[in-house]
Amino acid sequence: MNSFLSTNAELIITVVKIALLLFIVLTVNAYLTWFERKVVAHIQSRWGPHRVGPHGLLQPLADGVKFLFKEDPTPAGVDKFVYYLAPLLALALAMTSIALIPFGPNPIRLFGHDIYLGIAPPDVNIGILALFAITAMGVYGVTLAGWSSNNKYSLLGGLRSSAQMISYELAMTMSVVGVLLMAGSFNLKKIIEAQAHHPEWGIFGWNIWPQILGFFCFFVAAIAETNRAPFDLPEAESELVAGFHTEYASFKFAMFFIAEYTSMITVSCLCSIMFFGGWLSPFPASWTFTHFFPSAVLIPFGLWVIWDGIRYETLFGRMILPVLGTAITAAGAALILLPGVNTFIQGPFWLLFKILFFLFVYVWMRGTLPRFRYDQLMAFGWKLLLPLSIVNVIITSFVILAKIQWWGAK
Amino acid sequence: MTAPLVVFFVLAALAVIGAISLILQKHPIHSALSLIVVMVALAGLYLLLGAEFVAAVQIIVYGGAIMVLFVFVIMLLNAGVEEHTSISKMAGAPGLLLVVALAAFVAATIARSADSIQSTSQAGEMSSTLGISGMIFKEFVYPFELTSFLILVAVLGAIVLAQREKI
Repeated sequence: MNSFLSTNAELIITVVKIALLLFIVLTVNAYLTWFERKVVAHIQSRWGPHRVGPHGLLQPLADGVKFLFKEDPTPAGVDKFVYYLAPLLALALAMTSIALIPFGPNPIRLFGHDIYLGIAPPDVNIGILALFAITAMGVYGVTLAGWSSNNKYSLLGGLRSSAQMISYELAMTMSVVGVLLMAGSFNLKKIIEAQAHHPEWGIFGWNIWPQILGFFCFFVAAIAETNRAPFDLPEAESELVAGFHTEYASFKFAMFFIAEYTSMITVSCLCSIMFFGGWLSPFPASWTFTHFFPSAVLIPFGLWVIWDGIRYETLFGRMILPVLGTAITAAGAALILLPGVNTFIQGPFWLLFKILFFLFVYVWMRGTLPRFRYDQLMAFGWKLLLPLSIVNVIITSFVILAKIQWWGAK
Repeated sequence: MTAPLVVFFVLAALAVIGAISLILQKHPIHSALSLIVVMVALAGLYLLLGAEFVAAVQIIVYGGAIMVLFVFVIMLLNAGVEEHTSISKMAGAPGLLLVVALAAFVAATIARSADSIQSTSQAGEMSSTLGISGMIFKEFVYPFELTSFLILVAVLGAIVLAQREKI
């Protein structure tokens, strides 16, 4: 037994990491629905979910149970094989893309093995290309669902989705070429490290400043790729009932739902990694007191949760919220008391911070912008984003060339 | 059997099964799906050879862009189930002959280079992103530029054909 453990250590670690990441991503997905409903509700001057659990915090659980126990009819005349394949494909590909994201710079040393945060080894040479390959395949989930459902609204949704994907994928791929030129690598870790050339510059060393055009093109194209508002034409509920997933019920619908939210997380990860310095802190490296930033966020938040909890209207809330708040405060205090853990947590903390910020932007845009008309969508993609991203590539390459020629950099 | 060999046989079997299913399927969408399986299996084989860049591009270009276009057109035309006719007499005898000839040619080529097949590690260096870009932009720059010119002409032709009445 012991020899089995030692010979297959890498395999076991990877399997455990996959299970852990799946659990985390699914939980985050569930609470992302809560977060989205709350934020959109507040944008629209409503309360959002607040009946199931304190502040509606158990709503995702109730939704999950509902998805599991609903009747799951298969409509007449569907193409059975493709109909069942489509949600599986969408979910599997969305989950696979998360596996390529590195979540922290330093490995944890456990049982004599260096364990990196993130499933793929940190030296994958084609990191970003592999991610694009997986997103390129992701369109089939939506398209095939629309086609196989034997419903004209679904078919229209599927058609729209494939046309939209083809149009925006070009702009998305072109827009990151600037970042790749600056980093000189497809490796996500190297892309982050290239943004730390001047540790004292902090936030001003990130790719967002020289690549602001690229970021605009990438973020807009990525929102279109994930079929989110204002680019959610494949499921436009005012025109197509529910678009490609009209005929899907119960957990098959939930699979599309989870796939969409997982791709949102992936895009947020990519935005933070490629343009916002990934796990780098926005402060100059010599400001070591900023290492207490995680505690400075967690402790006040935890105290606020306790304060809010003791005067919550339901008994359950008065019981559970102070416990939650104490746990958050304790975590913040523990980070101050354990400097080793605190240093380790810096990278993952900043990455998560940025990911959360981009997820908020996603929700914010959905709550603010109306849906595009179809011809506007096509014109925007082909006539604005694509030329703009090509201009960005040309400018970036000329600047890099000039740097090498005249300033003799590298 | 080592792990890479097992992966090779799985991917090779997938590619062959996908190719056969591509021909035998009656519905165009199912055929297109089989073709996607072939493309992805081929990308896996490239990855196994150490050609990471080629593998990723294979999926992005063929598996993603081109096959999405195929599926899009099939869906747009709403093509139904095809009727398979019995094999035409023209295709029967010469086709069989050609199949035998091709199989013999492939077998002969493999047999001739059997001793050099083992050296797959060279492919990794040759097909890295740096190696490929070096070859495209230094050694084969003129054929590459000619190809891009050809594609540009094709794009212009497509636009002219599509907008005939406006011009």
